Amino acid sequence: MGAQLRLLRRRINSVKSTAKITRAQELIASSRIVKAQQRMQAALPYEREITRAVTGVVSNAASVDHPLTVAKDNPVKAGVLIVTSDSGFCGGFNANVLREAEALRGLLEGRGLEVVPFVTGRKGVTWHTFRQREMGGQWVGFSRKPAYADAKEIAQTLIDSFKDDNGIDEIHIVSTEFVSMLTQNVVVKRILPLEVEETEATESTAIPPYFEFEPTAGDVLESLLPRYVESRIFTALLQSAASEEAARRRAMKSATDNANELMRLLTQEMNQARQAEITQEISEIVGGANALADAAAGKE
Amino acid sequence: MVIAKTVDGEIGIMPQHAPVLGVLVEGGVLRIKREGEGDLAAAVHGGFISVADDEVSVLAEVAELGSEVDVAAARDALDRAQASIEANQEDADAAIEAKRARARLRAAGEEV
Repeated sequence: MGAQLRLLRRRINSVKSTAKITRAQELIASSRIVKAQQRMQAALPYEREITRAVTGVVSNAASVDHPLTVAKDNPVKAGVLIVTSDSGFCGGFNANVLREAEALRGLLEGRGLEVVPFVTGRKGVTWHTFRQREMGGQWVGFSRKPAYADAKEIAQTLIDSFKDDNGIDEIHIVSTEFVSMLTQNVVVKRILPLEVEETEATESTAIPPYFEFEPTAGDVLESLLPRYVESRIFTALLQSAASEEAARRRAMKSATDNANELMRLLTQEMNQARQAEITQEISEIVGGANALADAAAGKE
Repeated sequence: MVIAKTVDGEIGIMPQHAPVLGVLVEGGVLRIKREGEGDLAAAVHGGFISVADDEVSVLAEVAELGSEVDVAAARDALDRAQASIEANQEDADAAIEAKRARARLRAAGEEV
């Protein structure tokens, strides 16, 4: 009996220290979500303006042919940028992204395309190396706090490969979109060939203004498009960073809740065991005393 | 009035300007002349200027307001870049560095 009591006490202590860790992780994640959200907000005006500029060029100068806007006649390879996190402890965050990426892979392969994954985040990279999948590119170390330079590097690799004749012919991106603290959705978008999408349908500009270009529409597009791709990737990275922290906070919260519940059950069990031990000791003492009393009474 | 330097040359934008989309040069200085207040200058490295609906937006990869430029650091960067240009004429990185440093100094109102 004594051994069982000791065992339970040890388990309670270990659950308690685990709960302490997960609680701390939860608090850290909550404070980081706020910062990640602020970074997301700060990047919004730039993205909005650049989207407006690209829309302006494309709608004004429909005749402009640029390698980045034209869909190739018979695409062979498709690049998929998969945005995952560097560290774990974030529930189904990475699993969701990777599942969606696999679905996209099936879809693209159904169209007869060869899929080249480009992966950011240590979790996604490990997932691919474990399955011995060849990657077109991999980047790790900034999932929590992506800088614009990171997005630039990724965009450069993708665009180089896109322009290369033997490279990829389409670029898709699989990442997590941050809707709110409680909702994060995995989204799949095609970024190249260009599909200019209106982010806000209720935009007041009814007719896009007729732009003049300095020096020419083609030149503007030439330097505008890579910036646009960078900005789209940067936004995806920022959203993914915020979503990662939100997912981590949720996972750590339920871990803490579970640990507390487990602690309650174990404490109950321990009290029962202790009570049983005391009861047994009492009955042993009483039994012993009775036996002695009986023996004494027999002598007299 | 906004004065910027595009790859075609300097462009001045007054109120009611027609919509324009221009590519800015690496290491240019952007000036905003304001009524009743002093001018605002910024070092702008690459990017775009877009004018539409009486609004000017500047999309730069890197930008720094003249008042925020660390003059000593910029001068230091310029010296270093010029030293490496002298050592190697085809050092493209150093040439860009020198341009950027010059733009930062000019935005801060320093003589270069």
